[in-house]
Amino acid sequence: MTALFLRDLRLAFSGGGGATTGVIFFLAVIATIPFGVGPDLNLLSRIGPAILWIGALLSTLLTLDRLFQADREDGTLDLLIAGPLPMPLVVLAKCLALWAASCLPLVLASPVLGLFLALEPAALFAVMATLFVGTPAIVFIGAVGAAVAVALPRGGLLVSVLVLPLAIPVLIFGVSATYAAVNEPDPFLPPFMILCALTLFFGALGPIAAGAALKGGGD
Amino acid sequence: MIRPRIALQGLVVGRGAVAVAGPFDLAVASGEALVVTGPNGAGKSTLLRTLAGLLPPISGGVRLEGLTAADGEAAARLADASHYVGHRHGMKAALGVGENLAFWAGYLGAGPLRTGEAAEGAGPLAPAEALAAVGLPGLSDIPFAYLSAGQQRRASLARLLVARRPVWILDEPTSALDLASQALFAGLVAGHLARGGIAIAATHHPLGLEAAQTLHITPPAGRDDGPGSNGPVAPAIDDAALAEAEGWL
Repeated sequence: MTALFLRDLRLAFSGGGGATTGVIFFLAVIATIPFGVGPDLNLLSRIGPAILWIGALLSTLLTLDRLFQADREDGTLDLLIAGPLPMPLVVLAKCLALWAASCLPLVLASPVLGLFLALEPAALFAVMATLFVGTPAIVFIGAVGAAVAVALPRGGLLVSVLVLPLAIPVLIFGVSATYAAVNEPDPFLPPFMILCALTLFFGALGPIAAGAALKGGGD
Repeated sequence: MIRPRIALQGLVVGRGAVAVAGPFDLAVASGEALVVTGPNGAGKSTLLRTLAGLLPPISGGVRLEGLTAADGEAAARLADASHYVGHRHGMKAALGVGENLAFWAGYLGAGPLRTGEAAEGAGPLAPAEALAAVGLPGLSDIPFAYLSAGQQRRASLARLLVARRPVWILDEPTSALDLASQALFAGLVAGHLARGGIAIAATHHPLGLEAAQTLHITPPAGRDDGPGSNGPVAPAIDDAALAEAEGWL
């Protein structure tokens, strides 16, 4: 499992996995929003957390469709299915590698990009914390979509359509936790805990479902 | 210690719910090879993918006796005790050849080792040694994408040597190989069999396995229009049966 994780990580950074695409996309979205919204700093800082979250969600979806497809095309997927590691663990290792390669940079970049959106310091750290615990859930949900669409030549769009409704709760609780950190009377912990619970839930369910989909979709 | 053996028991293989070939009833014991032949589309790859655990069998099954998996336990599925070499290489183009092999060695595990096996040359080889054994010495650092088609095939065959498995399931292993490399690979298979391994290969080229059993798959009549379509004919429905069925309705 460690071997698979390290190999996927190296592939992502050597340009084969296209993990940097997500980060560039995120940067592009966040950098253009202030120009579109105009110079109203109050408005920007009010919608900033939501923009950061939507940007992160979309750029994660963008990188997801290649999660299993590259492995399927060169035959690696066959060997992984026939190999000694159970499929859910294979999926888990691949998801963690994808998260570390494409979502972790997003999380780290979010405070800097938050400055573009005139967020106050508390909101910067709240966005970073909620993205840190929330993005794994998006990856795990997306893995199921990617596994279902693995045999389709242009499955990227299908993955997004399949995954988006399931990822909406993550978005809702991520953004509401961030707002709660800034707006005084709202409690921060309850939505944040639900976000953590969503990640844990999908972390257990996603790999099992994706593993079953990959095994059943073998040809 | 019983002699390791694979028995196919009424195995019918297919894609989805459609049976492609079978039923097969045969046994391959340790040190033996099974060569699967047949025209294109007869179901050779389907049979091998089913054996490797990538496709569910339509009916029947595979019984294993005395085979050990990579973790030293008795193998429950054939996939635990076998290497599968398919049409695609399973190597990442962007990584070095040695890196690819090192990954598979680490991922697949070294394989069962009995005392003294390492001394006989049956232990897993280091990636560089395995590459030398398939005739690609010194290519360890080259990215896989830079190799020629034949070299890529040989590099992917080196995977058989970096992690030991008692059973090799080979689907057209010698495609894209020149004559010298085919002979080299036949030597590797002969060495594997001499150490008590089992090889199941689908091939159009002779692998130099004179002692091998041959399973010739003939496609069922009506589906294949090529020569040699002398398979079992589906029972035809005659007019009387048809009239009877219609009358019953």
